Amino acid sequence: MQDAVLAMLAKEPSHGYELHARLRRSLGPLGESMNRGQIYVTLARLERAGLVTSEREDGLPERPERKVHALTPAGQQRVTAWLAEVGWPKPDLAEFHLKLAAAAAGRLADPVELIAAQRRELLRRLREAQQAALAEPAEPGPAEPGPAESGPAGPGAGLLLEGVMLRLRADLRWLDACERAWSRADDEIEGG
Amino acid sequence: MNGSSAAAVVTRGLVKQHGQGHGGVRAVDEIDLEVPQGQTLAVMGPSGCGKSTLLHLLGGLERPDGGEVWLAGRRIDTLSERALARMRRRSVGFVFQGFHLMEELTAAENVELPALLAGRSRRQARRRAGRLLDQVGLTARARHLPSQLSGGQRQRVAVARALVNDPLVVLADEPTGNLDTAATHDVLRIFGELRSAGQTFVIVTHDERVAATADRLISMRDGMFVDDLRMAAARPRGLGGLIGLGD
Repeated sequence: MQDAVLAMLAKEPSHGYELHARLRRSLGPLGESMNRGQIYVTLARLERAGLVTSEREDGLPERPERKVHALTPAGQQRVTAWLAEVGWPKPDLAEFHLKLAAAAAGRLADPVELIAAQRRELLRRLREAQQAALAEPAEPGPAEPGPAESGPAGPGAGLLLEGVMLRLRADLRWLDACERAWSRADDEIEGG
Repeated sequence: MNGSSAAAVVTRGLVKQHGQGHGGVRAVDEIDLEVPQGQTLAVMGPSGCGKSTLLHLLGGLERPDGGEVWLAGRRIDTLSERALARMRRRSVGFVFQGFHLMEELTAAENVELPALLAGRSRRQARRRAGRLLDQVGLTARARHLPSQLSGGQRQRVAVARALVNDPLVVLADEPTGNLDTAATHDVLRIFGELRSAGQTFVIVTHDERVAATADRLISMRDGMFVDDLRMAAARPRGLGGLIGLGD
């Protein structure tokens, strides 16, 4: 979140509410829970870290808190580094794998039951994502440019939802593999 | 009539055997199932788990070796071939992975055909097909041959055809199996509209996206049900949880 906020400031100095609106546009239904307070908290942290400066805007007495934020040279550098960074957000597969092993070893729970419960949870999430995706425009075209937006806005939240769903489906397939393997282990124990 | 006449689909102790004697395998092994009117049931499972055989038994495409199948309070596994064929035409809409359209007929003619076979007049059939093609967004393609349509468009024609006789239940076997993401969404949107209008569905699928839209999701292994998940409406906590915002 900090990096995304910084990178948005690279275009031009902005108000917190503008940044909030741009994030909401990019995230669509996935960003509904995000409030302006989170942006102000993030900006305050970035300012303390010396990555952002803020200036009170003159002539707006009715909104004394209205500040314009800009990147410092250190902030610019951090944005450049972030763009060059290549990462893979790691899913918590190892933890679940170890949970199953521990449950079986200590006879704490049936691994196949744990897998079924996990599968149900992922299916519920997939359902939420699927419903949101169906509510998005059929052809994921550019998101509507807002008044403060001049450059290309890029694809909308449908594209993000597609990524979320692809990961959930990959996880569900892995759970199928888990289920097969642990069912087999079960049979072998029962069969002697 | 029996006690479950309100349900669209009921099976009791349903069995289908492939092969004979000790070498035989029960593709469907004592399945009890009840699908209320208006519900969408998805059945998932690995290849060979018996899910397609189950669908064929529900639609009267195959006959069971044991047990009963009821559609809207009428037992169908004991019907004569002729009565079974009539029941299939009038009460069941099929949607298959491979579309199964008649290549030499236009989209509109493909949709009209089951209505004509069920004894409707040419005019009635044409009017009904026109409405359905409009509903699936293909009015402009009504006179195209299947070969002139994309996979997604062909499947939408197949969905319209499945609905032309106002079936009691739509049985779909991998309806999105050959489709890309956009076409999958088109089909799921149409299914969603039909469900809102009270249509009953039984869908056999590998596609988790299709399964996740159902009201109830059954997992099948070796001819038996191993998990049964009833899905509630979306939870109030919001979508931010999907990407780690406010989870």
